Amino acid sequence: MARVELVDIQKSYGAVKAVRNANIVFGDASFTTLLGPSGCGKTTILRMISGLADPSSGDILIGGNRVNDVPIHKRNLGLVFQNYALFPHRTIGENIAFGLKYRGVPKSDVTRKVRDALDIVRLPGVEDRYPQQLSGGQQQRIALARAIVIEPDVLLLDEPLSALDANLREDMRVELKAIQDRIGVTTIFVTHDQSEALAMSDSIVVMSAGRVEQIGNPDEVYNTPASEFVASFLGASNLLPARVLGRDAQGVALETAEFGTTVVPASRAATLGDASRGQLMVRAEKLFLSDGPASPDSTQAVIEAVDYQGQLARYFLRVGDTQLQAINMISGRPFAAGGTVNLTLAADECSALPAKDA
Amino acid sequence: MKLRVWTLLKTYTVLVYIFMFAPIAVVLVLAFNSSQFGGFPIEGFSFRWFVKLSENEAIIRALRTSIILGACTAVIATTLGILAALALVRYTFRGKDLITTVLIAPVLVPETVLAVGLLIFMRWLHVPRSFGLLLLGHSIIALPFVVLVVQARLTGIRRDYEEAARSLGANPLQTFFAVTFPLMLPAVFAGALFAFTISFDNITATIFWRPSGMETVPTQIFGMLRNSVSPEINALGFVMICITVGVPLMAGALARYYMRNTK
Repeated sequence: MARVELVDIQKSYGAVKAVRNANIVFGDASFTTLLGPSGCGKTTILRMISGLADPSSGDILIGGNRVNDVPIHKRNLGLVFQNYALFPHRTIGENIAFGLKYRGVPKSDVTRKVRDALDIVRLPGVEDRYPQQLSGGQQQRIALARAIVIEPDVLLLDEPLSALDANLREDMRVELKAIQDRIGVTTIFVTHDQSEALAMSDSIVVMSAGRVEQIGNPDEVYNTPASEFVASFLGASNLLPARVLGRDAQGVALETAEFGTTVVPASRAATLGDASRGQLMVRAEKLFLSDGPASPDSTQAVIEAVDYQGQLARYFLRVGDTQLQAINMISGRPFAAGGTVNLTLAADECSALPAKDA
Repeated sequence: MKLRVWTLLKTYTVLVYIFMFAPIAVVLVLAFNSSQFGGFPIEGFSFRWFVKLSENEAIIRALRTSIILGACTAVIATTLGILAALALVRYTFRGKDLITTVLIAPVLVPETVLAVGLLIFMRWLHVPRSFGLLLLGHSIIALPFVVLVVQARLTGIRRDYEEAARSLGANPLQTFFAVTFPLMLPAVFAGALFAFTISFDNITATIFWRPSGMETVPTQIFGMLRNSVSPEINALGFVMICITVGVPLMAGALARYYMRNTK
């Protein structure tokens, strides 16, 4: 078990900067997710930690030791790939025992450790089968067993769930997290799937275009995004240009064309600084529709389209010239497209962000 | 109308195949003809030409030379081919395109030109013609085929197998022998067979490179044909066809058997 630190890590491929100035600490025994769209540099970071790629500059520390010049096979890491990468010419038992062979583990212990690893991933008794005889989900568990049986200092997971179908993915998500909790290994998980990140992580590193946008626990990242990118990448949100009317210790008053004056808590306006203009961020699920009588703080909106999702409905709305999104629980039946509704927002759960051009 | 075109096309196709395979069939049939002369009509069924062949020391010697030469060519060309393919697929370096072209060039250069070129080069170095020169030449001719076959296979082997092995503690060499090599084994096998048959069949370059007095099976047949068409040649043709067709078929069957046992 070890903590992993990245100090001023840069990686460029020719003129392309894949990772810029990354400073990240992955806590001991924590589960940290690198989240971002494809090409944001998250996989590059994972490859640099594993030793499959070299940083252009900066230091990588595992357990306090600089490992930049340590080749991958001496770093003692468990690596799980998107496509499992189980050796097709070896049995499951041989696949799992692969790493033990290079660690001088006695034969009698190998059999026991392989059996224990299979128990952990809940697939006992498949030692003699070949990878292609197992389903995708089973293969991914074997890949995990192969990575954890060597008792790695760090477990690196590169989009391990993305090749599975939706139901299996959610089951595996719970199971993977439970296994990680049990063995307590420092885990770094790469994904572009925000729900995986929010559900599993102790800490999320949101990345975009090679830059770290925000580091925080799922709640912080979701509710107090540090940038417009984070706000729009996680969840569905509405970003409205706003003028800053005033600020005090409790909150910041923002004026928008759509909702008039909204007072956002000061804790949710940290990135705004003392700018006079900004943006009001309203999560789609914090915007409430009602067909009751208009109140002083409600705004009239036209429903342009409804996306029915069973217990929820997603509404595409228009206020003046502004398009808005709202996600509401359905009580009774959903509002119909074409109708007019009154909108209210939960001001305490809105955030203020810097203006677009700032 | 459409039917007529199809019939025409089918007939034409069959004729082309007959044109291609009839001479081979003739050799196979005539090998068992008891007649004195190596041609039609067929007088009776007999193994006498095979018996005669097995008593012909020159031919036995030529056969042994060919098999040793083919096997050595296979070993050299396959080893070099694997290394070249690894470099070309797994690494980036300067001049890669040029090296690829140079490696593949022996396929494109007319064999006579290649043969004369190597001969002149060796004369310049004052190296006499020898079995070694012949082996070197055959390896040059066979190498491109091995490189192409192994390269194609290696491109299809995802890198994450190797990366997984590395992450589990195997150094680069251990990774090659534990993962890469077993996965590309079918191509290695195919490449080696290619190399063997190319060497075994070769005549043009062999005539230039062989030291005097050394015969391979093709040059031996060529020499025998200059005098007369002996029926022995039909028998020898039969044996050659068996080797060049039979060896790959056998290898294929072995490979399938092996695969079934591991799956």
